Amino acid sequence: MSTTTATPPAAEMDRWPEKHYWNATKGWKSWAFTVDHKRIGMMYLIAILTAFFLGGVFAILVRLELLTPQQTIVGAKTYNQLFTLHGTVMVFLFLVPSIPAALGNFFLPMQLGAKDVAFPKLNLLSFYVYVVGALFAIWSLFHGAIDTGWTFYTPYSITTNTAVTPMLLAAFILGFSSILTGLNFIVSIHKLRAPGMTWFRMPLLLWALYATSVIQLLATPVLAITLLLVAMERVLGIGIFDPAMGGDPVLYQHFFWFYSHPAVYIMVVPAFGVISEIVATFTRRPIFGYRFVAFSSLAIAFIGFFVWGHHMFVSGQSEFAGMVFSFLSFFVAIPTAVKVFNWTATLYKGSIQLMSPMLYALIFLVQFTIGGLTGLFCAALATDVHLHDTYFIVAHFHYVMMGGTVFAFIGGLHYWWPKMTGRMYNEKLAKIAAAILFVGFNVTFFTQFILGTRGMPRRYYNYLPEYQRLHGFSTVGSWILAVGFLLVAAYLIASLRNGKVAGANPWGASTLEWQTASPPPTENFLDTPHVHTGPYVYPDEELVPRRAA
Amino acid sequence: MPTNNDSVLFPPQASTYAKDVDALFYFIHYLSIFFWVLIVAGIVYFVWRYKRGHKEGVGPSHNLPLELTWSIIPVILVVAMFLWGFKSFMFMSRAPGDAEQIHVTAKKWLWNFEYANGQQAIGELHVQVGKPYKLIMTSEDVIHSFYVPTFRNKMDVVPGRYTTYWFEPTLVGDQQVFCTEYCGDGHSDMLAKIVVHTPEDYAKWVEENQKEDTTTPLPELGAKLYQSKACFTCHSTDGSIKVGPSFKGLFGKQEQTSAGTVTVDEEYIRESVLQPAAKVVQGFQPVMPTYQGQLSDREVSGLIEYIKTLK
Repeated sequence: MSTTTATPPAAEMDRWPEKHYWNATKGWKSWAFTVDHKRIGMMYLIAILTAFFLGGVFAILVRLELLTPQQTIVGAKTYNQLFTLHGTVMVFLFLVPSIPAALGNFFLPMQLGAKDVAFPKLNLLSFYVYVVGALFAIWSLFHGAIDTGWTFYTPYSITTNTAVTPMLLAAFILGFSSILTGLNFIVSIHKLRAPGMTWFRMPLLLWALYATSVIQLLATPVLAITLLLVAMERVLGIGIFDPAMGGDPVLYQHFFWFYSHPAVYIMVVPAFGVISEIVATFTRRPIFGYRFVAFSSLAIAFIGFFVWGHHMFVSGQSEFAGMVFSFLSFFVAIPTAVKVFNWTATLYKGSIQLMSPMLYALIFLVQFTIGGLTGLFCAALATDVHLHDTYFIVAHFHYVMMGGTVFAFIGGLHYWWPKMTGRMYNEKLAKIAAAILFVGFNVTFFTQFILGTRGMPRRYYNYLPEYQRLHGFSTVGSWILAVGFLLVAAYLIASLRNGKVAGANPWGASTLEWQTASPPPTENFLDTPHVHTGPYVYPDEELVPRRAA
Repeated sequence: MPTNNDSVLFPPQASTYAKDVDALFYFIHYLSIFFWVLIVAGIVYFVWRYKRGHKEGVGPSHNLPLELTWSIIPVILVVAMFLWGFKSFMFMSRAPGDAEQIHVTAKKWLWNFEYANGQQAIGELHVQVGKPYKLIMTSEDVIHSFYVPTFRNKMDVVPGRYTTYWFEPTLVGDQQVFCTEYCGDGHSDMLAKIVVHTPEDYAKWVEENQKEDTTTPLPELGAKLYQSKACFTCHSTDGSIKVGPSFKGLFGKQEQTSAGTVTVDEEYIRESVLQPAAKVVQGFQPVMPTYQGQLSDREVSGLIEYIKTLK
């Protein structure tokens, strides 16, 4: 992005800065009470990675238990608690906040050319609300951990004697953190764009975060109310969802999915933003069809509110409702497909450099496309009736959430690591790790599609011996994944000590966050940047005539 | 499950609508493979061809006709998928008028089937090939889901309301029933079988099943009931602890129960079968359903003698 600021000469920018956000003030209080979006982003990052580690350990244990058809390491109750905790921790503590709260917090103001988000103190509050929610979740872990599945379906969640209420409160509290972040981002994007940065000069990550924030703001309150009702039903016996008290259990499913389907887009739309940034930088081209990609994020956010019933085709809802939800669900596929086509088209005649962030982005495209296409089987009524609540669904949403969002998150982490820490990691190890994760992921989850079409139900502790070979294969895949993630953790941590100094703009990227030192100063930019062009314009091609972006 | 006509992706087709579901699946499947290969091939080719430093100029930043094309073609394809899926779904949802009705009651963690003549059975439903059946289902506790992979159909079983499920079996043999809505510790053991008979075998089964079995020796009768009444869902015979105490070495044992210490004898087993909540062994939940009216005296004796053999 070309700017006219009195930026210091490149050589000076590439030196390790004397003062940066990391050392600007000292002592634990300077972190605990910070209002710097970068420090809050880093604290979120550490908290979220801890949650990811925890959820990952639960996942490994679940897969280990499934190695044999009968008991392998734990009993049925413990197994049920493990898969529930894996789901709740991964969804509420990791995936929902992952890209927005960690990477978004750090880079949204920088990409806007702003000093901070619109409400810095609210930003800090949202972090502490997250921490309180996380503590509730951990507390519930040690007091008869919840065994309902992350969906908390009634009336099971009302009648089981495990610690359901603390986990519901955890999710309730975490929801507020999410709402506050969304609110902050929407206001920041409206009010804090640098001079000259029109809406269509914004990087696509900002469009994605904007769409996400709208969903967070509108859908999360519904989840909060629903979970509160379940908690009240458990504690006070008010009888909204439990048929034994005159309630309707299917009503709960409507409420729950009214949030939780849009929440899928809370988790995946930011990933689209990250992929756009990485693909643009490593092809040195603007994203093909920028406006289509920008609007498709909004379209997905909008349509996403009207498809929740596709989780309920066999719940006993009317056939008419099934028809409407099936029809609408197919139309989420269109903007999603458009994005994939556009990213692929960006590669055409691009100036492609296969650095590790780009490798993750390409793996994202390959895997997310499978996740998206397998969604078609779930949107079609007749096939979903067979596949619903089998391993096919497990595989489908892991291809979207893990093969998509997690790979985009890890890719984004590699892309912005030099900016956040000022250091480069070992590129060779990063490429090896990407390959290991790619293999591990597909070994783990591709097999689960076949388990599902063959009829293996999800959330099964014991299973019929005929499914053992595929289950065993999947479990081995989970070990490969674990090795890959440990390798990533190892070289990233090592880079903090031994990494080469990155300099301001190691990838030759064009967006504003790269036009300042790494790590950036507390105020982000020494002078306010002024923007004159679209987000993805690269110096060596400014001479080539282009159609306007 | 029989493996004679399995495909890689699916178990055998055992209902009238299974073929259609699979056909729609393969339609979406091949379209998906086509688009996935197209995209992956594009990615690999472009990455190989346009490495940094190539001298082939720059591509367009956008191209409206192209973008509209790859928006509209998928729209047409997904509408086709929707219509097919909806049409098949309606066929799967609406039972023919002449279907024989069977009442199904689900509870943690068993399936109870009640035939039109009032006869009940747990964990096993006998039907005749080529005849339509309509299950009228409800649950006594939490939500369960009735799923038969070889039929390609499932439906949730919800407390406080009725849902229906119909099928016309086309394949003779045992069809596996799973519970597919998570319902607690015994969820994965909440299995049942639909035994599909030829018309002749079905007539034979009806005849045999109408009269009381008075010839099988008691322990053998008990062993059969252990299977057919799905006792195995909660009680193991190898000492492992499931939802209830194991039958292994149970007879003659001293147990701490909710009503004090008891010695497991004939009377205690009889009471536990007919009034399960009377004396619940400590460490277990009082979740067992009563078998009052479902077992004859001779059958209860059979179970007692069977448990005695499990030392």
